[in-house]
Amino acid sequence: MARAVVTLPAQAKRGEIIEIKTLAAHSMETGFRRTQTGELIPRDIIRRFSCTYNGTEVYRVDLHPAIAANPLIVFTTIATETGTLSFQWVGDNGYTANETAPIRVE
Amino acid sequence: MSLRTALLLAACLLSAGAAAGEIPLSERRSGYELMGRETRAMQDDDATNPGMLWVLDGETLWRKKAGAADRACAACHGDARTSMKGVAARYPAFDAALKRPVNLEQRINMCRTGRQKAPPLAFESRELLALTAYVARQSRGLPINIAIDARSKPFLDAGSEAFHRRQGQLNLACSQCHDDNWGKRLAGSVIPQAHPTGYPLYRLEWQGLGSLGRRMRNCLVGIRAEPYAYGAPEFVDLELYLMWRANGMKIETPAVRP
Amino acid sequence: MTTRREFLVATAAALVPAAVEAQIDPNQAANRKAAFQAALRNIVGDSQLRRGRVKLQLPPLIDNGNSVPLSVAVESPMTATDHVVAIHVLTEKNPLPDVVSVHLGPRAGRARLSTRVRLADTQSVLAIAQLSDGSFWSDSAEVVVTLSACLEEGLI
Repeated sequence: MARAVVTLPAQAKRGEIIEIKTLAAHSMETGFRRTQTGELIPRDIIRRFSCTYNGTEVYRVDLHPAIAANPLIVFTTIATETGTLSFQWVGDNGYTANETAPIRVE
Repeated sequence: MSLRTALLLAACLLSAGAAAGEIPLSERRSGYELMGRETRAMQDDDATNPGMLWVLDGETLWRKKAGAADRACAACHGDARTSMKGVAARYPAFDAALKRPVNLEQRINMCRTGRQKAPPLAFESRELLALTAYVARQSRGLPINIAIDARSKPFLDAGSEAFHRRQGQLNLACSQCHDDNWGKRLAGSVIPQAHPTGYPLYRLEWQGLGSLGRRMRNCLVGIRAEPYAYGAPEFVDLELYLMWRANGMKIETPAVRP
Repeated sequence: MTTRREFLVATAAALVPAAVEAQIDPNQAANRKAAFQAALRNIVGDSQLRRGRVKLQLPPLIDNGNSVPLSVAVESPMTATDHVVAIHVLTEKNPLPDVVSVHLGPRAGRARLSTRVRLADTQSVLAIAQLSDGSFWSDSAEVVVTLSACLEEGLI
């Protein structure tokens, strides 16, 4: 099942700033909702998103329950060299998701 | 226009099932137009539209073998981008064997049980929503095209009757909000004309993707009426009427709505 | 003889589970405001929080509080010696004040984030940028949040 989707250009000029859009499938249960009989539904969220570019972390996000379900994170990075962009989501109850995308830099 | 022509025209309109208050094509507006700029942008960009997560799951399921027949949808239907193009625009459609219209979810389950020899997918399950969203997505941008003939007319009439009938503790008919008061506000939300152009859709209130059936259950709960079960004939008749009432409008699946 | 009124009141009281009573916090507004101040101090410490350089964008009237598009952008050359180190977003009326924190550097090119957040009530949202020189800059935006009509579970 599609755990996460990333959208970014496949190629760029050296030094160009590229926009990366990411979507992760996750209900982001806040921990504040209750069932019809009053029991608290435990928190279950993505806690951290990180993007590494050929092994170097270039962007990191700490998420809290206030982030809407199916989190969208849009950010930019400089196209420095050809290689691989790696995206990782880590959350409660052992949740992890990984996506990679190649980038060709001229 | 002579009196005779006028009477003939009136007779035609009545026989076509056009009840008083129906919105003429030129005035039909999708709920899309009532949303804020940012919510519309969410729907327009596949990279930010959360509904696409289900569409992508649907694409995976389309190619996955299932059931005792060990066949994927793709085995019979090939590439959905061609084979499913236009399908969602003409559903609910009349099924000759069942002698009544069925909606897209039911059609998919009929294929699963009849052709793939697999158990049906539960209504509102992630798998059924994903497959329905994937199939309907292939009609995105195409005009809704429900054709009514002598066989399906009684069901259209039943749906129309339900739309115009007062029900629930609040004793409200769908038409009172969606034909007579669309564009005005109800508890902070703008009342849409209720055209199901983008189903299954991502409703911000649900924080997930859901079917037209789920949305109509919300409406029925809203007027304090007993919500029908998913797939109930009352629902499919209503869905047929709503889609027919939206004829000519473009499919938007997967839409985003408040 | 128990009157009908007494019977109804007794039944209603018996039906209210203890958990529901616990939800209604009479000091909710004050507690959340205090939590917001604590979260703010946690980020800024004793430094001055200046207005400017940060642009926080939110729709003024939102379609649904469950998912509100939010964008933050910080004016910065993003060089090795002058860049944004972190961006934080806080709210005053949500159950928790922290919304999101971004950690970045010159590699980002632009100090920016777009996401979607949950807002519990009509309120003010605060965005803070932490710069490499140790200074803190901010922007705030007001949002009006309304309840949807036609909900899933009926209102109790």
